[in-house]
Amino acid sequence: MKLQVLYFAWLRERIGLGREDVITEAATVADLIAELRAREDRYDLAFSDMTAVRCAVDQMLMPLDTSLVGAREVAFFPPMTGG
Amino acid sequence: MSTPSIRVVVSEDDFDLGTEAAALEAGPDTGAVVTFTGRVRDVADGLRHMQIEHYPGMTDAALTDIAQQAIARWPLSGVTVIHRYGKLRPGDRIMMVATASRHRDAAFESAAFLMDYLKSRAPFWKKEVTNQGEGWVASCDSDEAALDRWGKP
Repeated sequence: MKLQVLYFAWLRERIGLGREDVITEAATVADLIAELRAREDRYDLAFSDMTAVRCAVDQMLMPLDTSLVGAREVAFFPPMTGG
Repeated sequence: MSTPSIRVVVSEDDFDLGTEAAALEAGPDTGAVVTFTGRVRDVADGLRHMQIEHYPGMTDAALTDIAQQAIARWPLSGVTVIHRYGKLRPGDRIMMVATASRHRDAAFESAAFLMDYLKSRAPFWKKEVTNQGEGWVASCDSDEAALDRWGKP
């Protein structure tokens, strides 16, 4: 399947891009992260502290064990700091 | 009481606090309007500016969802949530929430609820650019803990 993957804040800066299309058969968000980390050091570094990473699947906040079946967009970002 | 109004604005532009507050005074049922405004404050190293990033596809929906949760919990006649993004300078307004109700308790409590949820559940990230360099603002454990008092889902 093809997923649009988005990165925000320091994840975007460490990986060096804000969005990309990813062809993957990952079953869950955690599987997708494992695939990304295996790609290149910059991904591995960005995802090295998972306590500092949050994710949204199709623009809804979701835990990392969320299934990617039917998903189109996955976003990764640090804890939010609005307000 | 008629259907509560929800106004959500995500913009680079500034807003007018008085206009926003007055807009919630519509109708004779509204006995109380509470507003909260967040501003960019200076930091020890001297803040040049703050850069606020957001997730365009998700932000409006997340703020609307938080506003709807407030309406489900308190008897409100209106909710306004405004959040800016982009480059802001010390003293600039960042955001505001405003709630309107028949009575003050509902207006005060729901405004606090909106702020607590917005800080940890709305997709905004702040970067501070100071005279010493730049860095992303870290989230506080207290922000997440603040949700507990509302019976965090």
